[in-house]
Amino acid sequence: MSKKRIATVWLGGCSGCHMSLLDIDERILEVAKLADIVKSPVVDVKECPEVDICLVEGAVYAREHLEELEHLRKSSRVLVALGDCAVNGNVPAMRNRVGLQAALERAYRAFETGDGAGPVPSVGVTALLERVTPLHAHVKVDYFLPGCPPSADLIHFVLVELLHDRVPDLASGAKLKYG
Amino acid sequence: MAALEIFVNDRKVACESGATVLQACRAAGVNLPTLCHFKGLSEVGACRLCLVELEGSPRLAAACTLHVAPNQRIRTDTERLRRYRRMTVELLFSERNHVCSVCSANGDCELQELGYAVGMDHVRFPFLNPICNLDASKSEFAIDHNRCVLCTRCVRVCAEVEGAHNWDVQGRGFLSRIVSDLNQPWAESTTCTTCGKCIDVCPVGALWPKHKAQGQFEKRPEFVSELIAKRGRGRP
Repeated sequence: MSKKRIATVWLGGCSGCHMSLLDIDERILEVAKLADIVKSPVVDVKECPEVDICLVEGAVYAREHLEELEHLRKSSRVLVALGDCAVNGNVPAMRNRVGLQAALERAYRAFETGDGAGPVPSVGVTALLERVTPLHAHVKVDYFLPGCPPSADLIHFVLVELLHDRVPDLASGAKLKYG
Repeated sequence: MAALEIFVNDRKVACESGATVLQACRAAGVNLPTLCHFKGLSEVGACRLCLVELEGSPRLAAACTLHVAPNQRIRTDTERLRRYRRMTVELLFSERNHVCSVCSANGDCELQELGYAVGMDHVRFPFLNPICNLDASKSEFAIDHNRCVLCTRCVRVCAEVEGAHNWDVQGRGFLSRIVSDLNQPWAESTTCTTCGKCIDVCPVGALWPKHKAQGQFEKRPEFVSELIAKRGRGRP
């Protein structure tokens, strides 16, 4: 069996899901025997190459997330939504109820200790989308791993199942966790 | 009360006339998901999770408000029911702003448990993200409408057990909101006795004690059911 290729990508999230991925500890050696991690926050590759499995953490809240996600979908055989932000928007999506402008005002001008004059950054920063959305609002997602973060055991289980070309059984209640 | 027999999933089940189908099912060990049902309070059939198929009827019926009848034939676990239950749970999640990771009830939440029970790995419907308020005016408790599922357990426990009727429902459909008195801040209520029963029966994290942070809130709904049973009132 030839070695498979894995990508792990960090969109609009806190990196907690990647921390949980690292929490599989020594079991990463088992994963490394079966696959190469060719794109990840810890691998210095800008554009995702063709991969078998792509784990995507975070919601879609910026235009560059959207462009990257569309590219990831094209270059991945199996795309996995990793964690609550990717699955349902979670904390980043909490701004949806007030709208982008009100959220920026609150963050940069109208906060308790601010003077109300601070500029809202607009140069050199990514352009934010009006609404924060989960991955499946834009592309087909093959597997959903909710959890904030999903447990290391769950991530390990899914990786091993997919690396052995098996379909991970995620819908059974025992494996699901939100929050 | 007279005994009668119904058929649940082709199995003969003995029950008392006047019982609900939900009571008969539970007594027979047949599990049905519920959210608005609370042991001891009146039934409202609001959440639609205990829907069952009733032979001879084209419509589904809520088991909590359907009374048993002789030789009634009920199905509780068909493909159609499982599909509707999952849709119902997904719609509950999409209708307000449920963010488990920052909720005081995370880990002790009936909506989460329902999601796991129906195998909900994601929500297929767009999130509506309505503007909902949070009333933290009261010193002991708070109500966050972002997390409310409109089960009306708080309304019923306040009116039927505490006898205060501080809570009620304002508006219709998507715009429905639980209100304190005549939609005044909770702290200004002239009826609330600060008994905390609504806190104990809330299935989600919409009502919670203010000193409990994310995931810390452990509910004790059995306390309210025991209280009702000891008073010898209410329904079994």
